Amino acid sequence: MELRQRYEEDLYLVRGALGWTALLALIALLALLPVLAPGYFLYTASLIAAHIVIAVGLNLLVGYTGQISLGHAGFVAVGAYAAGILAARLHLPWPAAMAGGGLVAALFGFLVGIPALRLTGPYLTIATLGFGIAVNQVLTNWEALSGGRSGLFLPKLAIAGTRLRDHHIYYLFAAIAAAGVWVAFNLVRSHIGRAFVAIRDSDIAAEVTGVNLTIYKTLAFAVSAFYAGLGGAMLAYLLGFLEPQMFTLFESVYYLSMIVVGGLGTIPGSVLGAALLTILPQQLAGLKQFLPLVYGATIVFVMAVEPWGLYGRWLRIKLWFKTWPF
Amino acid sequence: MALLAQYVVGGLAVGSLYALVALGIVLLYRTSRILNFAHGDLATFGTFIAFALISTAHWPFAAASAGSLLATALVGAAFFFLVIRPAKEATLLGKIVITLGLALILQGATAVFWGTDTKTMPFPLSDTKVYRLGEVVISQISLGSFAVGLVLMAGLYVLVQRTRVGLAMRAVSQDMVAAQVLGIPVRRIFALTWGLASALGAAAGILLAPVTLLDPYMMLDPFLKGFAAAVLGGIDSMPGAAVGGLLLGVVEALFGAYVSVKFKTTLAFLIIIAVLVIRPEGLLGREYKRRV
Repeated sequence: MELRQRYEEDLYLVRGALGWTALLALIALLALLPVLAPGYFLYTASLIAAHIVIAVGLNLLVGYTGQISLGHAGFVAVGAYAAGILAARLHLPWPAAMAGGGLVAALFGFLVGIPALRLTGPYLTIATLGFGIAVNQVLTNWEALSGGRSGLFLPKLAIAGTRLRDHHIYYLFAAIAAAGVWVAFNLVRSHIGRAFVAIRDSDIAAEVTGVNLTIYKTLAFAVSAFYAGLGGAMLAYLLGFLEPQMFTLFESVYYLSMIVVGGLGTIPGSVLGAALLTILPQQLAGLKQFLPLVYGATIVFVMAVEPWGLYGRWLRIKLWFKTWPF
Repeated sequence: MALLAQYVVGGLAVGSLYALVALGIVLLYRTSRILNFAHGDLATFGTFIAFALISTAHWPFAAASAGSLLATALVGAAFFFLVIRPAKEATLLGKIVITLGLALILQGATAVFWGTDTKTMPFPLSDTKVYRLGEVVISQISLGSFAVGLVLMAGLYVLVQRTRVGLAMRAVSQDMVAAQVLGIPVRRIFALTWGLASALGAAAGILLAPVTLLDPYMMLDPFLKGFAAAVLGGIDSMPGAAVGGLLLGVVEALFGAYVSVKFKTTLAFLIIIAVLVIRPEGLLGREYKRRV
């Protein structure tokens, strides 16, 4: 067992030789992936990166702050379309378009967060559900803005006029996802993250101990929506094409199942869940009609057997070995 | 004026179906505090059972409908016993996620059993035969579904307010532990509520079948509208659900006629958000207090 003697030691994200070895091995594996894995897997890996960003953001809102969102596809759609419009119509370079996508989504998150101050539990679920569907319908029907059903095409990713190849896109997306995960790790260990957790556990107790609910609840929505918007912008660039039916209620449930399967209120859980639920449908491509069935059964099984998800199961295994003979 | 009356009548006919869906959601929420996101897919499943009984087993329509309602009620009760009850420790989010999982399972099962192509269900009432009430025209199908909707609503009212079972349901919804202590079989009441709510959804699905045609996603839109109606009327109030459904149907018809057809469906969700912000307990609801 390790003993922590100073507060600084408690703050380290990576601990001990084992932790550093694992981290370096992971980085090396990710860096060598274009060499090791077949070409088509790079696309999947980029998709996983985008989903990781979305899942981490959703987990900050649902898992850490306890505010249920059933309309997260709405935020993803807002980010994706904002990036698409900035890039395709206003011809902004991709870093500006991506950041713009995140920021516009964050603004929407802030706006949704305001009514959310008055709503809890089932009422909040219904309100966010309504938001997600309203976004989808507005995008479908306001063709001047979104291109409607005929879609919106994005320019290819390029740096200084050179088009990025698949492995470049993979490195770029992996870097963005890693940055997003790193920021989230630090956020949840800061006073902001502690405030989020306090609100989740009991918002009245949090308020009594001096957490400003107005600020932190809207902040949680804005941060989560920023992640969703950034992930949406990544999706938009990866696919090169946007269509309102890519962001329906099913996608909201899909993102929610990622964090439920991975583990609510854990950052590594969001990463695991996003990776698993992105690879799973690709492996089941031949059995497409069974996909909802498999998802549904997985969700119900995880909720019934291991409510803390894959990461919770991993922690239990680790604890069992740590305390082994006992 | 005649045109306005025409829109109102059309809205009421659609609204009575929204009200049926909303009643199922509210009935379950009142008794067990579970928002059932699988409600729409249970209804779709029930409608497909009716379709299978009519077209494959050649049952008459009435018998097939009754069989479908019974089968859907059994599926709903089975959900309660197999999934909801074992997971009774789950948090609010956990329960919502479980019903979302059930929704996906049912949708997937429907798609696997019957395929995703649209089907037409034979229906005894006609779409083209119309009746005239002064200047207002109403099709046989609208009149029929409106009448069936009202009868089911009245039946539900009598069941909940005037029978011993209804009294037990109300007792469980007020205080589960006290009800248990007084000897009310709480588990059976929960299972019965799940069954009743699912059967109500299936009834709405069968009445909607001639309008929307059958596919595994047919109930998604009516389910969301029913949800909006439930929120509008107050998610804790059965009369609220009925009023909310009829009101939503009329408002939607008028909005579609005079403002914009394209944004007609968006309206329901804007209503949800507006109601939740201004008056979260809905028009007739009384809840929305909480204990610390």
